[in-house]
Amino acid sequence: MTTDPDTTDTNTERAEVGAGDPHLQVRDLAVQRGGVPVLEIDSLDIRRGRVTVVIGPNGCGKSTLLGALQLVLHPTRGTLLLDGAPMHANPVQTRRRMSAAFQEPLLLSMSVLGNVELPLRLRGVTRRRRRAQAEHWLQRFGIAPLAGRHAQQLSGGEAQRVSLARAFASQPEVMLLDEPFAGVDAPTREGLIADFADILAETRPTTVLVTHDRDEALRLGDDCALLIDGRVRQTGAPAEIFDRPADREVAEFVGIENIVPRERWPWPLDAPPGGLVCVRSEQIGLTRGEGAVIQRANRVGAMVRVVVDVDGVELVAQVSRPLWSRLDADAGDAVAACAPPEAIHVLPERGAPTSPEERSRG
Amino acid sequence: MELIWDGLREAARLWWTGDAEIIEITLRTLAISSAATALALLIGIPSGAVLALRRFWGRGLLVASVNTGMGMPPVVIGLLVALVLWRSGPLGDLDLIYTPTAMVVAQLLLSLPMVVGFSLASIQSINPRLIGQMWAMGANRRQVLWLLIRETRLGLLAAVMAGFGAAISEVGASLQVGGNLAGETRVLTTAMVLETGRGNFEVAMALGIVLVLLAFAVNLVLTAVQQRRFIA
Repeated sequence: MTTDPDTTDTNTERAEVGAGDPHLQVRDLAVQRGGVPVLEIDSLDIRRGRVTVVIGPNGCGKSTLLGALQLVLHPTRGTLLLDGAPMHANPVQTRRRMSAAFQEPLLLSMSVLGNVELPLRLRGVTRRRRRAQAEHWLQRFGIAPLAGRHAQQLSGGEAQRVSLARAFASQPEVMLLDEPFAGVDAPTREGLIADFADILAETRPTTVLVTHDRDEALRLGDDCALLIDGRVRQTGAPAEIFDRPADREVAEFVGIENIVPRERWPWPLDAPPGGLVCVRSEQIGLTRGEGAVIQRANRVGAMVRVVVDVDGVELVAQVSRPLWSRLDADAGDAVAACAPPEAIHVLPERGAPTSPEERSRG
Repeated sequence: MELIWDGLREAARLWWTGDAEIIEITLRTLAISSAATALALLIGIPSGAVLALRRFWGRGLLVASVNTGMGMPPVVIGLLVALVLWRSGPLGDLDLIYTPTAMVVAQLLLSLPMVVGFSLASIQSINPRLIGQMWAMGANRRQVLWLLIRETRLGLLAAVMAGFGAAISEVGASLQVGGNLAGETRVLTTAMVLETGRGNFEVAMALGIVLVLLAFAVNLVLTAVQQRRFIA
């Protein structure tokens, strides 16, 4: 995916046959709510057969973008293309090439089997064929024994499996998913995501996955688009966005806790002056030694979040609990802190991020 | 007290012997009120859906009219239909006054607001995101309406019961536009008015019992359907 159709990058992608060419294209899209613009996207390509994760803070327009792609809300302007053809020309036919699942399972009050069959029924598929299809997908999601159960008698995790089985049942070209795992409790979620990832790898529909979860984005996403205030702020591979954010706002959103002006950075750095140094807290290493003074330490799940003072700069490090025990240190004690050069990302104060090549040249 | 006992006994006898006139009146009542209710459902459910789901100019006024219509005195509806269908009225040429068709029209106008009002309320209670999911699944307009009806069937059955109840129990409008003509437009309610006026309480009571039993039977069936928690 790219935000600019004219870059050489996109052209080389287009030269590829099959997977990777733009399947869904958003052009000059604007959506308003009560006269206030909530989404403005100049250009966005969703590549065929890949999972594009859409991330961003609450209210950034992620769900609005998905709603626009489902043709359920009316944009003020813009064009949406599916395989190069306008999606609005025949909304029902377009929607029949796609499917959707949301945070809520949104099942109808009928049996589990009836729910999974429904998209096929709406497409006029014969009873025998749609039953076979539905049973296949129930099997794939490990819920075949629930087929006869009424949708209202399911647990949250079961209902979400039904919802996803329903989304796959019509074998859509495009799958639009809005936080499908967010409503499922943690232990159930792990298994569901694992099954979903397997099925996705097997069937490879073009997928747009809206999520706020970093692990989900890194695990499932091939491409990533980050939205802030209704605009695409950065696109690229998910790891690229999380490790090399384009600007300070993106860096803060992706959870980079250490953002320090270049001049105040306490350690030697092979980079031109100016800009902001970004390092993820889990990339800062702590060992026994000197140079940093522990300000405070808190347990966060399996990790310990340690705030250290290095030459008057406060840095946050996340270390594992065993490592923390080995350090045998507490607030006020001295330790040695370091950040590996490959973990350091330097942002110019404004504008585009410095590329690795530019940095090595500098 | 004796009057009541005699009435009950006579009602039982009329029932037992299968009095031809009572059977005929009963069937006519059922036919007219069912026709009116069926038409009311046909027009009322889609109208209720449109009022529930669409925002357009004048919607508020329409919803207020529906709510007013739910409490409209039947005699006013009867007057309006009579004025329109009267021989010298705007639709007088159709020659419909004092016919079962005129009674269907009057009862339709009485039950329509009930059906629209109940449909509106039950469709509005659906999670709007569920409706979004229906579209996302590839449903066309007709299929969405079908799924909505399916999802709101409990509320819609209440609409059927209210609509049918309004139609079958009504007397004023039926008299005004039907005229209570024996063998043509006489239904249970109008026959009861006539027999009560004549002092034939036992016949009136027999008719009353039929009317109540009929209404009860219809609602029993509908309730059974409604309360069957999970319809396939």
